[in-house]
Amino acid sequence: MKALRFHPALLLILSLAIVVNVRADALRGSGDLALVVERASGTVQIVETSGNTSLCRVDGLGDLSHASAVFSRDQRYAFVFGRDGGLSKVDMLTCKLVARTLQAGNSIGGAISQNGRLVAVSNYEPGGVRVFDSATLEPVADIPATWGENQTSKVIGLVDAPGQRFVFSLWDAGETWVADMHDPAHPSITKFTGIGRNPYDGLITPDGRYYIAGLFGEDGLALIDLWNTDAGVKRILPDYGKGEEKLPVYKMPHLEGWAIAGRQAFVPAVGRHEVLVIDMDTWQLAGKIPVHGQPVFVMARPDGRQVWVNFAVPDNDTVQVIDTQTLKLVKTLQPGKGVLHMEFEPRGEQVWVSVRDLDQLQVYDTETFEKLVTLPAQKPSGIFTTARAMRTGL
Amino acid sequence: MSRWLSASVLSLLCMTAFSGETLSPQRRAQLHDLLVQDCGSCHGLTMHGGLGPALLPASLRDKPRELLIDTVMNGRPDTAMPPWAPLLSRDEAAWMIDQLRKGLTSP
Repeated sequence: MKALRFHPALLLILSLAIVVNVRADALRGSGDLALVVERASGTVQIVETSGNTSLCRVDGLGDLSHASAVFSRDQRYAFVFGRDGGLSKVDMLTCKLVARTLQAGNSIGGAISQNGRLVAVSNYEPGGVRVFDSATLEPVADIPATWGENQTSKVIGLVDAPGQRFVFSLWDAGETWVADMHDPAHPSITKFTGIGRNPYDGLITPDGRYYIAGLFGEDGLALIDLWNTDAGVKRILPDYGKGEEKLPVYKMPHLEGWAIAGRQAFVPAVGRHEVLVIDMDTWQLAGKIPVHGQPVFVMARPDGRQVWVNFAVPDNDTVQVIDTQTLKLVKTLQPGKGVLHMEFEPRGEQVWVSVRDLDQLQVYDTETFEKLVTLPAQKPSGIFTTARAMRTGL
Repeated sequence: MSRWLSASVLSLLCMTAFSGETLSPQRRAQLHDLLVQDCGSCHGLTMHGGLGPALLPASLRDKPRELLIDTVMNGRPDTAMPPWAPLLSRDEAAWMIDQLRKGLTSP
């Protein structure tokens, strides 16, 4: 019987193949990851949406009430914006907090620039926007939101826009500013004044063309066409609640994510149990959909076929689903008290729901509405998939 | 008249002296959650402020208690502070104000 004999080169190739194979097992992509904010404990949980499991937890992120996150374009790092002014950079693959800066006293959200190199944070105190190098979190620029007679305004609705721009609105001043960051240390600011009373949040269309600020102090929204900034601000839906008594607003609605289906956009009505439908060709009101409570998030499934809505206290145990073809409710779910956020998986077949008071994340099938998985989480709020890294304004 | 007066004095006394005493432990736990989670969404989970002002003992010390309770119940016009009267009794609001003035601790 002939002994098995290998050529040394073959042996080398074989052993290399084994090494590569082992490393390939340890390696993983990050396109199916998501970050979950656990707002009371100052922690974030990293989960994966392929098998719907929890991977790890990162702590030491400070006060995460109203925290949100954006992602590096390689989908490895999350930038988490905390209420206490903390900006934290989390490596989602190694599950480590790699950088953190307490950049202000009180902040509300942030954005990552088109080229991925700058991270901007919108602050309440001191009112303004601060811009950081996304690699190091070193400060790059400071944009105080000054207005009137040496007043500063709280800043909300900060998004990135094509052309290395950041766009944001001033709650106290009723203004929207566009910051051109081509020269990062010296932003060039274009101001739109008199956009309306108390803009509470802003959003940008997925193509990066239209910025819209929702108004809290009056009915309506303020629209800016970023392709034609000379045209100024256009007020849309100025009287959507005319003649109706506004209800007390126990939670500010959010405009994060632009719920679009075809040529229709869906936004929460402030102080009303309604979702508003906007015709994006005419920017006129195309319908009002009565819902269970005051909407907080109105989110379109990525294909635009469904819109999911959650609600303010005392109706925050419920989620409703709207069919965007018929503009009718097709499902009412009751995940439990304290539904704070919903996030679709990248292609929309499943949706993650955070249920604060049950300390749970729930994952639903968006076709059957069946609850597929329940995972434990400590007072979860925002859920952010890394798919956002590829989308303008998120 | 005097009977009305003594009745109202008595009820005022009850309100100040016994605020929260009549609340069940479960209700207090709920109200504590409401304070942290729902008041916290605007005022910050740690009450250091947000869209709404800070609600720390130091920032509330100089404000009359009844005024603070009124603010909770009726809201503040032209601001984002809503009236909580549809969801809370005055006694409950008083208990919550007292918690804030002491500084929030776990229930």
